[in-house]
Amino acid sequence: MKIRLDTVVKTFDTFRAVHGVSLDIESGELVALLGPSGSGKTTILRMVAGLEFPDGGAIYFGDENATDIEVRHRGVGFVFQHYALFPHMTVGENIAFGMKVSKTKRSGSEISERVAHLLRLVQLEGLEDRFPAQISGGQRQRVALARALAVDPKVLLLDEPFGALDANVRRDLRRWLRKIHDELGITTLFVTHDQAEALDLADRVVILDKGRIVQTGTPEEVCRAPASAFVMNFLGDANRLKVTVSDEKAQIHNVTFEAPDIADGPAELYFRPADVTWREDGHGIQATIARVIDRPDSRRVLALTVDGQSIEFDAAPEFPFRAETRGFVDIRRPRVYPA
Amino acid sequence: MARRILPGLSLTLGITLMYVAIIVVLPLGALIFKAASLGPEDYWRIVSSERATASYRVTILCALAATLFNLVFGMALAWVIVRYRFPGRRFIDALVDLPFALPTAVAGIALTTLFASNGWFGAPLAAIGIKVAYTPLGIIIAMAFTSLPFIVRTVQPVLEELDPALEEAGQTLGASDLEIFLRVILPQLAPALLAGLSLSFARSLGEFGAIIFIAGNQPFDTEITALLAFIRLEEYDYPASAAIASVMLIAAFTMLAITNLLQARALRYTVKG
Repeated sequence: MKIRLDTVVKTFDTFRAVHGVSLDIESGELVALLGPSGSGKTTILRMVAGLEFPDGGAIYFGDENATDIEVRHRGVGFVFQHYALFPHMTVGENIAFGMKVSKTKRSGSEISERVAHLLRLVQLEGLEDRFPAQISGGQRQRVALARALAVDPKVLLLDEPFGALDANVRRDLRRWLRKIHDELGITTLFVTHDQAEALDLADRVVILDKGRIVQTGTPEEVCRAPASAFVMNFLGDANRLKVTVSDEKAQIHNVTFEAPDIADGPAELYFRPADVTWREDGHGIQATIARVIDRPDSRRVLALTVDGQSIEFDAAPEFPFRAETRGFVDIRRPRVYPA
Repeated sequence: MARRILPGLSLTLGITLMYVAIIVVLPLGALIFKAASLGPEDYWRIVSSERATASYRVTILCALAATLFNLVFGMALAWVIVRYRFPGRRFIDALVDLPFALPTAVAGIALTTLFASNGWFGAPLAAIGIKVAYTPLGIIIAMAFTSLPFIVRTVQPVLEELDPALEEAGQTLGASDLEIFLRVILPQLAPALLAGLSLSFARSLGEFGAIIFIAGNQPFDTEITALLAFIRLEEYDYPASAAIASVMLIAAFTMLAITNLLQARALRYTVKG
């Protein structure tokens, strides 16, 4: 099922959570809504589900205008951030709930067969008689997914699906969710504030800030060509140096960088900590090492430019220099954004 | 004994045990002792006399009716207070406790005045042929009035703690509002409801002050058990009074035991393991 949002607006009291967002999600696509808290991503997800109604704009499921369809008739599967499993029902009863209340009547044996099938799909065979309080967080997450899938949703929506789990469990569940998505081919939209999760899992990432879409693209596109300083910062560690632009050239301490389409005047130069080479002499921005921090697979070096701007970069574990060493920072893949 | 981190066990346990002994066990022991001073035959004759059994019937049936009324009305009241925001909500919330704070005799007199055949409520009701004061209906109203807070105050905190996402989950799975109420909300309220019901029922069984003014107190018809025990006391027939009271005591204990069992069953899903 293809989903289309057309200039959707949502205001809570006086706070505008979503400013005219338009978005197309292709059938079978796995899309991440990525943004910091307060960026409106969960509100957008809840409007697609029908748990909130937009104040303006429209939401289409396929060719049908779904804007005013009630959540229970919308045919979406929703996985809540804290799972929202019914605590007084067993795992099996939770999964069967949607089929029991459905208008399309199924026989008891049909339901239990489907519950068993879904339990196999989410790899929880044998837990069907446990109560939610008796299983782990990762297992609850999978029960919530099985329950959402039980009603054959046209669209699967997940709100911070792995937010409350340990790092290891998260990674396993991500890979597993991707596998399930590839098997079932169901259009999936999920919300996260964790860029690693979005890049790891999604076909396409939609980056939001203050209720607006700031960039949409494949993980490769958004990583290689961040559309703004916000995206650059949000996707990972980034260094920022104040530079001056004239004639599409950015300059700092006699080093120049290409700055296409940037107006003359002050601007900001961004680069990743991994895109730096330390040189003892010659080419680069002059700097002094302030501190070296050791990590299992690298050394993180903190340096200061002559005018006191700080730079962090990653060096090989064999990096021999100590604090107070003077040298030059040679930058690869620099990006200049308007200040 | 192993060393404990928390101090004060012997002091607080000592105070608790002393309190329980003096305030709870001693009077109940005296009651049973008095009742036991009758022989088994006399005891049975007194507690199974026609007037006594009629009073049990009146008390229990009226208490049941009052509790059922409170089940519906009390739950609706708790629901409204928790779920909706409207002017006067806090006032209504505070008003719920009024029956606790009001001397029951005052409530009884007020209810009698209102429901007497020339009262504000009694006159129009009498016009359509419903008589409240001096009938079992009056007893039910007095019982319901004094025991309403039990249901509201036990259900309210559980309703407040219910995760709204559970209802949203029910909606996304296609359930109707009624199905969500019956299958998602009600089962989770059940333990609190049971506790509220048993407290409300127990209070109704034991209510005295509010009832005697409105009930008319006709033996066999509108005489409650507590009043009968009181009448025997007034007649200086202490053993008979104690015997009748002991029946109420046994009824109260049995009911609390049953409620606890039901509650444990309703809460079995919270057991880890």
